[in-house]
Amino acid sequence: MNILRTVFAGTTALCAAGAVSAADLEVTHWWTSGGEAAAVGELAKAFNEKTEHNWVDGAIAGSGSTARPIMISRITGGDPMAATQFNHGRQAEELVEAGLMRDLTEIAEAGNWREVINPPSLLDACTVDGKVYCAPLNIHSWQWLWLSHKAYEDAGVAVPTNWDEFAAAAPKLQAAGIVPLAMGQQGWQQSGAFNVMMISLLPKDVYLSVYGDKDADKAAGPEVARIFAAAADARAMSADSNVQDWNQATNMVITGKAGGQIMGDWAQGEFQVANMTAGEDYTCLPGLGVNKTLQAGGDAFYFPVLSDGDLNAAQGELAALLLEPETQVAFNLKKGSLPVRGDVDLSTANDCMQKGLDILATGDAIPDVNQLVSSDTRTQIEELFTEFFADASMTPEAAQARFADIIADAD
Amino acid sequence: MADTAQNALSGPQGPKPRKRLSRNNILIYGTLIVVALYYLLPLYVMVVTSLKGMPEIRLGNIFAPPVEITFEPWVKAWSQACTGLNCDGLSRGFWNSVQITVPSVLVSILIASVNGYALANWRFKGADMFFTILIFGAFIPYQVMLYPLVIILREIGLYGSLWGLVIVHSIFGMPILTLLFRNYFTALPEELFKAARVDGAGFWQIYWQIMVPMSLPIFVVAMILQVTGIWNDFLFGVIYTKPDLYPMTVQLNNIVNSVQGVKEYNVNMAATLLTGLVPLVIYFVSGKLFVRGIAAGAVKG
Amino acid sequence: MAASRPKSLFRNLNAKIAAIPMILTALVVFTGGTIWTVAYSFTKSGLLPKWKFIGLDQYERLWGSRRWMISIENLFIYGACMLVLSFVIGFILAALMDQKIRFENTFRTIILYPFALSFIVTGLVWQWLLNPDLGVQSVIRALGWESFDFDPLYTAEIAIYGVLIAGLWQGTGLIMVLMLAGLRGIDQDIWKAAKVDGIPAWKTYIFIIIPMMRPVFITTLVIVASGIVKVYDLIVAQTGGGPGIATEMPAKYVYDYMFGGQNLGQGFAASTMMLLAVLIVVIPWAMLEFGGKKRG
Repeated sequence: MNILRTVFAGTTALCAAGAVSAADLEVTHWWTSGGEAAAVGELAKAFNEKTEHNWVDGAIAGSGSTARPIMISRITGGDPMAATQFNHGRQAEELVEAGLMRDLTEIAEAGNWREVINPPSLLDACTVDGKVYCAPLNIHSWQWLWLSHKAYEDAGVAVPTNWDEFAAAAPKLQAAGIVPLAMGQQGWQQSGAFNVMMISLLPKDVYLSVYGDKDADKAAGPEVARIFAAAADARAMSADSNVQDWNQATNMVITGKAGGQIMGDWAQGEFQVANMTAGEDYTCLPGLGVNKTLQAGGDAFYFPVLSDGDLNAAQGELAALLLEPETQVAFNLKKGSLPVRGDVDLSTANDCMQKGLDILATGDAIPDVNQLVSSDTRTQIEELFTEFFADASMTPEAAQARFADIIADAD
Repeated sequence: MADTAQNALSGPQGPKPRKRLSRNNILIYGTLIVVALYYLLPLYVMVVTSLKGMPEIRLGNIFAPPVEITFEPWVKAWSQACTGLNCDGLSRGFWNSVQITVPSVLVSILIASVNGYALANWRFKGADMFFTILIFGAFIPYQVMLYPLVIILREIGLYGSLWGLVIVHSIFGMPILTLLFRNYFTALPEELFKAARVDGAGFWQIYWQIMVPMSLPIFVVAMILQVTGIWNDFLFGVIYTKPDLYPMTVQLNNIVNSVQGVKEYNVNMAATLLTGLVPLVIYFVSGKLFVRGIAAGAVKG
Repeated sequence: MAASRPKSLFRNLNAKIAAIPMILTALVVFTGGTIWTVAYSFTKSGLLPKWKFIGLDQYERLWGSRRWMISIENLFIYGACMLVLSFVIGFILAALMDQKIRFENTFRTIILYPFALSFIVTGLVWQWLLNPDLGVQSVIRALGWESFDFDPLYTAEIAIYGVLIAGLWQGTGLIMVLMLAGLRGIDQDIWKAAKVDGIPAWKTYIFIIIPMMRPVFITTLVIVASGIVKVYDLIVAQTGGGPGIATEMPAKYVYDYMFGGQNLGQGFAASTMMLLAVLIVVIPWAMLEFGGKKRG
């Protein structure tokens, strides 16, 4: 059966080259887990039903390290897919500059993207020299503290409502044999947590001047020093968290082995799978309960330049479809992320998602780190924090000095 | 059975009629059994885990045998696990992997054996230099060559095709295989080659009629190396082909590497074992061939 | 002399034609690719190769990076241990196998089978076995030895040895088989002669057999050493370079910067350093190997 289907798909691909209108559109992405695949399924369904074209799925698991080199090789090898996912921001910048990505400005104007996309920084991240090169699809935010009610009950402390209370409760948790802060030992998680603290515990202009303006003096300054001290606290609190993957860390929170975890809104899905209810079994604190500001990053689709006219038409239809309210709702409910349009109805979303929506509605969103610094700089920062969190003898001051160096060299 | 006393290895003091329980044998078998246990332990854990349900895994001891045996993970890995939208598990990539592995193994071994033969018996000017470069190539990390190869394949118009991938596998298999064949052919008695030359046999004639029939063991070793490498390859398969040709390892990667959701260790292990099955079977079958080949070589030598 | 020129070009013509794939691979792919890599290591190439010359900046940054230094150090530790241990273990196992033992097939298959599994799988399984909460440590503790401590993957100083355990598990089988093939290729008369002279078996191995197995050793050396230099998948699957950056390796540095960091220049600079190191080893060896003697 499956082989038949593959053969069939192959033959249709051949025939389609000769056909006039219907095109097979190969779409690559790295959404391979259950919830993610379901979300992609919504996109494919909408595309297959609403247009005469056909969605050909090219999923590759493992975002940055695995999928991206494959996508980039395909594009530079002169045999690109018709559409591909990237995190928006600077990841695809050079492909755009090299003229390998298709200009979507007309479609964006026809769909009135400038007006409907909220926060506007998402569209800015897709824009190079006034031209739009990608279709933003969803918003993921990092600034969440997930707390286990069971852990705090076991330790006999009230569930904290902000970071300071959280830090203050840590010794009691430790006394009860609970790890206060679960943290996967991977650079992106550790540097992510640091950035969350910077945004949540300081006025947001500090974050913007460090990452946006690459202000090395600011990065070496006293405000950021407070964040490094907080990171050192976090390091002490997570010292017994012997896990690698973020979802293993989330699992510690779910089972009450850990008090809390700083992780993006995708952690939500884990709580759902474990049949936990927000507010009863766990609490989510946006902005660590301090500054309720969300960093809006997310996923976007890029469309490589193709010579085939039919495929071009199909690309355009897909790009327009991605931004339609119905698609936005269907996709984001499955994915657990927030829609990029402020004007869609998401009343079915759960408690934590609603909190996020409220913050977006007030316009308190700032650009994601991915949109501000290059991947190169990001990798260096991740390296620094991997080392910092693994090596308790590294002082916050030493780490900050290196951080300032990285920012000074950043472009 | 002529206990060919030439193998003096078992006892330096001369042939003893019954040596079943000698101290030496206890030492040998004892060591081998301990070593075998070390090698089998991970396999045991993989098999046991693949037969457990998720709740049992969460509770427990990874060495404990399954309380309730379930084949669910195997079924899921083979036919249900999803790669994006395609929920037909590893089965999807199986034939692709066969389709990739067979020509790649054949072509790469053919090229490398001819190389080795030319290097060992028909030394031409500059041969050593090319061979040295080839050996140097064995040390180049694959990742470094990704882009240059994309460019080369693009220029010869084979990018994205099966034959492009066959070429890539042949290139990366070439250094070590050539070395193997060269050493093997060098070790063959030179008189054979010279006699054939005197009889007027040419390059290809000697290769097919004398060298190949005498070289079964090394062909088996080469096949083991290539089948393993190519069947397990993920990076090249995915970079130099298109989704309708993606090998099985792409699905394996997707099952094992899925970043989100609970890690289903049982499905991971089942998928791993399923993917490894083909090389494992080849080892099992060719292990005997290997011995027979060596025996045949010894008779002639 | 001049007249023999065209003749020498056509001498062994078939052999030369047959070697075309090898010559192309050596010249175009390996040499060409290397030159290309070295050239672009002096540029500010990001996601795509771009000819924007910046001199030695990438190298300065490389040698200023702590992670690179740790990677090099790890490569030395892992490489030295892997080389010595896999040769010693592989040879001893092959020698044991060569004792006309029963069940040779079974033992050989058991020792060789890990090689059929990819590094990704190897890393995953051993990550699990060495996980203090799931694997060996927890089981032995559950058996009553409460203070038993064995969690190499979570202790920065020894994590690299945890990787070594997995690497050896995967790789020694093949080495054993190659050595066994070598041992079987040794003329039985040698053993007879050694026995007649009353030389003990271990001495025969060390002073007579091993020197005779030189070609096998060289093949094995190239296979093992090239595997060590390229080690990447195992690290990614087993430790991800952690804890912290304790098990980082040069090939991973190259890959992470080329694709994760989208800084091709930095990745190329790192791989140029790796290639340079290999050249320093390979060239003298090639000169020794091919320098004087000529055959056939």
